[in-house]
Amino acid sequence: MTRSSVFRDATVIAGVASTPFAKHLEPSEAELACTAIVAACADAGIDPSEVDALCSYTMEETEEVEIARNIGCGDVTFFSQVGYGGGAGCGTVGHAAMAVATGQAEVAVAWRSRKRGSGPRPWTNTTSPLQTPAQWTRPFGLLRPVDEIAMLTRRYMHEYGATRDHLANVAMAVRRHANLNPAAIMHDRPMTREDYMSARWISEPLCLYDNCLETDGALACVVVAADRAPDLPHPAVYVHAFAQGLPPEHQTMVNYFCDDPLTGPAWACAKRLWANADFGPADVDVLQIYDAFSPLVLLSLEGYGFCKRGEAAGLTENGNLEFDRGKHPVNTSGGGLSEAYVHGFNLIVEGVRQMRGTSTAQVEGAETCLVTSGEGVPTSALLLRR
Amino acid sequence: MASTTDGFMMPLVAEEAAGFWEGTAAGELRMQACSSCGTLRFPPRPMCPRCRSTERHWQAVSSSATVWSFVVPHPPLLPAYQAVSPYAVAVVALDEDPRLRLVGNLLDTPDGGIGQVDPASVKIGEAVDAVFVTLHGDNGSQVTVPRWLRRHAS
Repeated sequence: MTRSSVFRDATVIAGVASTPFAKHLEPSEAELACTAIVAACADAGIDPSEVDALCSYTMEETEEVEIARNIGCGDVTFFSQVGYGGGAGCGTVGHAAMAVATGQAEVAVAWRSRKRGSGPRPWTNTTSPLQTPAQWTRPFGLLRPVDEIAMLTRRYMHEYGATRDHLANVAMAVRRHANLNPAAIMHDRPMTREDYMSARWISEPLCLYDNCLETDGALACVVVAADRAPDLPHPAVYVHAFAQGLPPEHQTMVNYFCDDPLTGPAWACAKRLWANADFGPADVDVLQIYDAFSPLVLLSLEGYGFCKRGEAAGLTENGNLEFDRGKHPVNTSGGGLSEAYVHGFNLIVEGVRQMRGTSTAQVEGAETCLVTSGEGVPTSALLLRR
Repeated sequence: MASTTDGFMMPLVAEEAAGFWEGTAAGELRMQACSSCGTLRFPPRPMCPRCRSTERHWQAVSSSATVWSFVVPHPPLLPAYQAVSPYAVAVVALDEDPRLRLVGNLLDTPDGGIGQVDPASVKIGEAVDAVFVTLHGDNGSQVTVPRWLRRHAS
């Protein structure tokens, strides 16, 4: 038995849940977190008192102690936090699965709760001193995450001839999926190419619709050992493989100070992910790709090996990203761009729905799903299968 | 965090980077160099990732560079930046070693500000040279930053 085969398919996602998504929700982040976790346990048919592992983001404000004393855990024997903002999402589920697979816990919960819609934009904080690398970028007016990713985007467009039409293809495909999803914030808002092209700039070459939503909401999932699959109320979704990725001389969102800034963390993560898997990119039926900004979808399609470097623009054409007519259906719930932006956790939950066959934009016969976390920061990814 | 008297953010002059700012104050672009294998590195850090030496010094490099990429931020922005938006902010690659890249603002004349350049005229690959502009902090501090004077101003 190889070491990676100890993990492969050893655990399943037994339950998932989310709160409603909105620009503003009344309950606190802690209340939303606990509500989502208890609902995910109910979805799994498992009592919250059985939860003995808790995994979330370092940016999560509600800590394990707070969760455990609210949802009524007994002894919790594994807890971990994964760093780097939106790069953490799949990492939290991966850590939960590793904890169960290695016998550290029986019922692991991963979650994210965030009132990013109600709260201040993080980049407006000017009170803390600028550390590396921000001290080298922010004083010159590279202030926001969108500015930092727009820098890579323009270089990418320059090198490979991608255009705004390709970014529009991403935004429109994802929006179409949101239009089918009643839980999506953009459910009632179709988007045409003209809407995209006439939207205001945020950071050229990126416009409003290249940016994710500002959302309040919380989501959770429950991971247990695969031998419990027959007893679960829903079809089990296997955690087939998991990886994290931090490439050489990386500098988080301002990854300009290395040999090749366009070879981001996705490339490092993908090497480990595919090495740990029984299948490859050509066998993936549906993709949930972290889309805080639309160009991250192009960079991730290349990083995870769905095409060669510089060829992702072509993959956005002719409806290829759409659930009912494409070979690479992406973000079938509407993703961060059009369903909700909860640091990418909604992509994980949608991946589970696709494997259960219950998505509002169900890919016919889908058996495998790639879920990725933020490209441009130390990242993580999951391969799910039925 | 210190701001300039007109509200822009000031770089932190951290201990590890002090040599960079001593260089700019003297009108020179200096990169951290490994004293063991000679590799230049940026941003500064205590250890050379190639040979793991912690012996390091500051070395003057050519102030010539090319525009690697740029963005044009629009509101919402912090107030001082919003007042001069849309402005161009670029990553420039040093001629000395194009893997050494700095974020900065472009100028048409050495005395210009962040918003001087017409963003529509900026091109990837255009040649620039460092000039050194002293920022005055609202707490009395001073930092000299490189800005990038376009060789063929629009």
